[in-house]
Amino acid sequence: MTIRGAVWRSFYQDSMALMRLAAELRECPGVRQAAALMGTPANHRLIADAGLARPELEGAAAGDLMLAVEASDEQAAEEALAAARRFFEERRRERETAGRASPRTLASALRELPGANLAVVSVPGPHVKLEALGALRHGLHVFVFSDNVPLEDEIELKGFAASRRLLCMGPDCGTAYLGGVGLGFANVVPRGRIGCVAAAGTGLQAVASHLAALGEGISHAIGVGGRDLSEPVGGRMTRLALELLASDPATRVIVLISKPPAPSVMAELDVVISAIAKPVVVCCLGASPAAGHAVATLEDAAGAAVALARGSPWRPRAFSDPVAARARLSSLPGASPRGDHLLGLYTGGTLAHEARLLLEPHLGPIATESVGAERAGHRILDLGADQFTQGRPHPMLDPSERAARVREAGQRADVGVLLVDLVLGRAVHPDPARALAAAVSGARADAAAAGRSLVVVGSVVGTTGDPQDLDAQRAVLESAGILVFPSNAQASRFAASLVEPEASKILLGADS
Amino acid sequence: MSAETPLDQALQVINIGLEVFARELEAEGVAVVHVDWQPPAGGADVAALLARLDGD
Repeated sequence: MTIRGAVWRSFYQDSMALMRLAAELRECPGVRQAAALMGTPANHRLIADAGLARPELEGAAAGDLMLAVEASDEQAAEEALAAARRFFEERRRERETAGRASPRTLASALRELPGANLAVVSVPGPHVKLEALGALRHGLHVFVFSDNVPLEDEIELKGFAASRRLLCMGPDCGTAYLGGVGLGFANVVPRGRIGCVAAAGTGLQAVASHLAALGEGISHAIGVGGRDLSEPVGGRMTRLALELLASDPATRVIVLISKPPAPSVMAELDVVISAIAKPVVVCCLGASPAAGHAVATLEDAAGAAVALARGSPWRPRAFSDPVAARARLSSLPGASPRGDHLLGLYTGGTLAHEARLLLEPHLGPIATESVGAERAGHRILDLGADQFTQGRPHPMLDPSERAARVREAGQRADVGVLLVDLVLGRAVHPDPARALAAAVSGARADAAAAGRSLVVVGSVVGTTGDPQDLDAQRAVLESAGILVFPSNAQASRFAASLVEPEASKILLGADS
Repeated sequence: MSAETPLDQALQVINIGLEVFARELEAEGVAVVHVDWQPPAGGADVAALLARLDGD
């Protein structure tokens, strides 16, 4: 084995391009592993952790591309590096053929599109403030997809935006819909009469998808980023977004979706919500709002909103089909011993949070950190969190990190139940089910070979309009033995029932 | 989009960062210009200083 490294100076590439390049390099003959990363400190650590550190990579800076290849011999490594050169050469030719000579700055882009009214920003976190502030100064609203943005930058951006009544959606805003156009990771949903404000990206995707399944659509959905309702940011954009939807003639019912706001911010929101003349469904997962129609899950948020829009009765249910859920529980083989613990491996942060809230009353405290993952206990990881996404694409774009962790779970005797999500939509990976299903099949086979069983429970966030084909993705998961439920809440409750017999009595009325 | 009614105007988008978002918006029929973004020489701090000097 030999390791070769190369640095291309001042050659910034986004994480999607680097993910594709690394995948191509790994396919080259004789290549055992390959990395293509910008030279940030975090990426230098990743290279070192992978055992790919080389002296020639040491001086690489954040704007320099690092290539590292471990191959069977010198020639194979050299050919992989040549393949990287061809990769970028082909991309350049493709762009030239398509006539896509892109401007290099916001100012020159504005000369090309003088009527621009929105900037979508997904540059690395430390660079967000400069780009977003530039856009706001030109009177554009901004949608900031990037995470790893310093908190003080967010406060400054939102303060400036609010002073001009401009929307600053994000940082860390995964999804929004404005006038029927989806931004970021967006499921294909019809336009309709439900307006959303979301400090929770996959939470919004889940609610929008449930609404579509129930035959309702979105007027506008304004993402504000996961930290908007924290004490320091103070809910600045949430308040503006609620105000806009309250006066929007297309919006009949408003849904607010978030993780628990800071108590002082929740109190302020209660005042704002109680002054709104339209019905407001409040889904602040884990908080107890005093105003509006409070619901406990994302699925319930959609159900309550539809009922309010239609003036029909509604009540929350643990399972949409409890008979089928009981039948599933009793059909699971009891012969093989199963580990005692649950492991949740999520790509959607809100979904991970919702699962933990639903499971803890039945299973006790659930850890959310990967540190000390070797220690036994229930655990739910959000693989889209900042700590997992430095220098790599979000797990909804690149399913490989989650797949690797699913495979590891198959080796662990303490893990008996695996809980997963699968999120579809525009800009998401074109076929995320395949990677997850392959990993689950492998993990279940590993467990079976060791005389154990591993039960995998999950749900899919998606609509029939999504490019990935919702039914086909679900079928791929089911063919790998994953028990797929209509919502994350139902999947979580079923997982609780598997781990804790008492939970199955409470949730399913089951005997065991 | 006037600042008073941001929800009711046709979107025209400048995309700075991941190109996939520009392509998705194009596919939806939205006017979009993609910026071929590169990190500023000297890093974010130096760029912010220069932007202030330019009055940008």
